[in-house]
Amino acid sequence: METKSIMIVGVGGQGSLLASRILGNVLLQQGFEVKVSEVHGMSQRGGSVVTYVKYGDAVYSPVVEKGEADVIISFELLEAARWASCLKKGGKIVTSTQTLDPMPVITGAASYPQGIVENLEKMGIDVTAVDALSLAEQAGSAKASNVVLMGVVSKKMDFDESVWQEALNQCVPPKFIEMNRTAFALGRNA
Amino acid sequence: MKKLMLGNEAFARGLYEAGCRFASSYPGTPSTEITEEIAKYDEVYAEWAPNEKVAVESALGASFAGARAFAAMKHVGLNVAADPLYTASYTGVNGGLVIAVADDPGMHSSQNEQDSRHHAIASKVPMLEPSDSQECKEFAMLGYEISEQFDTPVLIRTATRVAHSQSAVEQLPRQEKELKPYEKNPSKYVMMPAFAKGRHVVVEERTKKLIAYAETAPINKVEDNGSEIGVITCGASYQYAKEALGNQVNYLKLGMTNPLPDQLFLDFTAKCKIVYIIEELDGILEQHAKALGIACKGKEIFGCIGELNQVIIAEKLLGKKPELMTYPEELPIRPPVMCAGCPHRGVFYTLAKHKITVSGDIGCYTLGAAKPLNSMDWTICMGSSVSCLHGFNKVLGEKSQNKTVAVIGDSTFMHTGLNSLVNVAYNASNSTVIILDNSITGMTGHQQNPTTGKNLKGDPAAAVDLVALCHAIGIQRVRVADPYHLAEMEQAILEELAVDEPSVIISRRPCALLKYVKHNAPLHVDTDKCRSCKMCLKLGCPAISMKDGKACIDHTQCVGCGICEELCKFDAIQK
Repeated sequence: METKSIMIVGVGGQGSLLASRILGNVLLQQGFEVKVSEVHGMSQRGGSVVTYVKYGDAVYSPVVEKGEADVIISFELLEAARWASCLKKGGKIVTSTQTLDPMPVITGAASYPQGIVENLEKMGIDVTAVDALSLAEQAGSAKASNVVLMGVVSKKMDFDESVWQEALNQCVPPKFIEMNRTAFALGRNA
Repeated sequence: MKKLMLGNEAFARGLYEAGCRFASSYPGTPSTEITEEIAKYDEVYAEWAPNEKVAVESALGASFAGARAFAAMKHVGLNVAADPLYTASYTGVNGGLVIAVADDPGMHSSQNEQDSRHHAIASKVPMLEPSDSQECKEFAMLGYEISEQFDTPVLIRTATRVAHSQSAVEQLPRQEKELKPYEKNPSKYVMMPAFAKGRHVVVEERTKKLIAYAETAPINKVEDNGSEIGVITCGASYQYAKEALGNQVNYLKLGMTNPLPDQLFLDFTAKCKIVYIIEELDGILEQHAKALGIACKGKEIFGCIGELNQVIIAEKLLGKKPELMTYPEELPIRPPVMCAGCPHRGVFYTLAKHKITVSGDIGCYTLGAAKPLNSMDWTICMGSSVSCLHGFNKVLGEKSQNKTVAVIGDSTFMHTGLNSLVNVAYNASNSTVIILDNSITGMTGHQQNPTTGKNLKGDPAAAVDLVALCHAIGIQRVRVADPYHLAEMEQAILEELAVDEPSVIISRRPCALLKYVKHNAPLHVDTDKCRSCKMCLKLGCPAISMKDGKACIDHTQCVGCGICEELCKFDAIQK
């Protein structure tokens, strides 16, 4: 199988590391060779962050470059736009509709772009936009947006739901598992 | 089933399986998780040291005592530990000694992108370079074999994309290693000139033996795909090259990058019409090939700045360019920022307000240099804020000493700031130092340090009393202020700047991301009272923005620190 590339993008602190762990666990259970690449440190402090997940029969480079991604999962709208150029033609974006103002917008040096979903669709991208934040709050915590998005993504991938549940069990601490199961279900049914 | 592991986690697994008993490190991205992971194994004693020099010296002592020992650091940390490393090369080891050094090409979280291979060459110590997680585990184990066989410390170099990428790893049981008996041997271990002269001869003989080992070592692999093009590579670059070029070329993948084999280079390239050297940062493999008279191309194609990747290699060597989609508008950048509720913010706001010249240091608070606070004048390396300020003030005297401060975190202060502060006291510069004590090593992801009262395993430990320490080294004026109380912090800064003697302000408030820190309810803006003066935006808080012409606080980010409330002249920001 040709190597598939997924990017998980968002703002530092939004929980992309847990999302990539869940996804990596699912893919490993399916018998793929998997590589997941994260960046820790300074960019985690509210900067634009990206995690790469690649899988297939043989995966060499852990990173995804412009024009290489099959799917982008975004925790924030502006970040979906920022990383869209990494998609292949025919690629898909699953994004939360949450917006977080970056510092140039806060200081008034720039304004937050409008009409992002429409612009992405005009580029020929298959966009699924979900209010993951509200669903996460409904599940019990704004922090569960990442797992809501995993629920949305699970519908777009051809793996049995039990594999995702097993990955949740392995990646989420037991005391938060019920809340995260609820978040996952809300995303999956969104 | 194999387990997905970060390179760092796999590295720790390799140390564990190889019977490592002792680990001492200072945190540094991207090396930190090796030590955090090895601390989870009860069989291994693991600790955070105040800095990398202390860590390597402690690991060397553990090796003398007969244990397999370990220290980890980032690339710039090896500069701090270079002193013991270069002489440990002469003494050699008793139990095996492995030192991990993590480079950061592309500078994701570093102040420079130096290439650690230079340290291996200069200290005459062998260096291994894994290219994925399984190799991190295997090379950590092999490191101990080489260390004990050749009586030398072994450096293992990773980089961000190896350390922080996950791939599948096979786990095996631990092999317990008996302690090797310590035997007194001054001519080997006491490095005074008479003995060191003898040891240098041993080092040169060892290097010859290591070169012979490198010629046939299984980790220096040839992949012959029957091509006329040869690629010599190592580390993450191998993975990028393999993805870009597949089986169209032959590979010499070097798992050991110091010392380098001669005959293997010559034999591999003899069959090739074209030879490319693909390596990140400096042209170390390339210089070796060229010194052997091998015609090859490397840095003239790829340069020595930043990371490589498969797209760069495919473009440069195959002329392939990916078809790109572009978003139709220019988008605002999103640089990293201090978190909502960060205790450093109040300090930097105050320094910016009074246009103070700020000698900066390494940590989350380096973000005080960014807009809108713009409150840092220079940042060099760990501990440098205090010593740079001292030199600056000694030269400019009255022109600067009441308008300048150094800022340094608690962990960075214990790392190498303390000796700089001793210099301030001893040589009496009229300097004001602010210790930003957030009770944790922040940027690297919350590691304990000698001021926090806990050790690496989370158990209670002696805590440095910063006030008493500053007094003890001869600083008379030491005071503690709360950065959440702007008026108190402003008074402390202005008073300490005004006096004509060295002074220390300890800005004390734990990091807002620490689990034990209780957050207040988020604040909100009374839009009727908000006059849109944008005073609150000067804090650079990511939770505050303008919505429909009025200030607005994002309830998902705000932790209720109250600084913006103190700043608002119209009582528009409320609990």
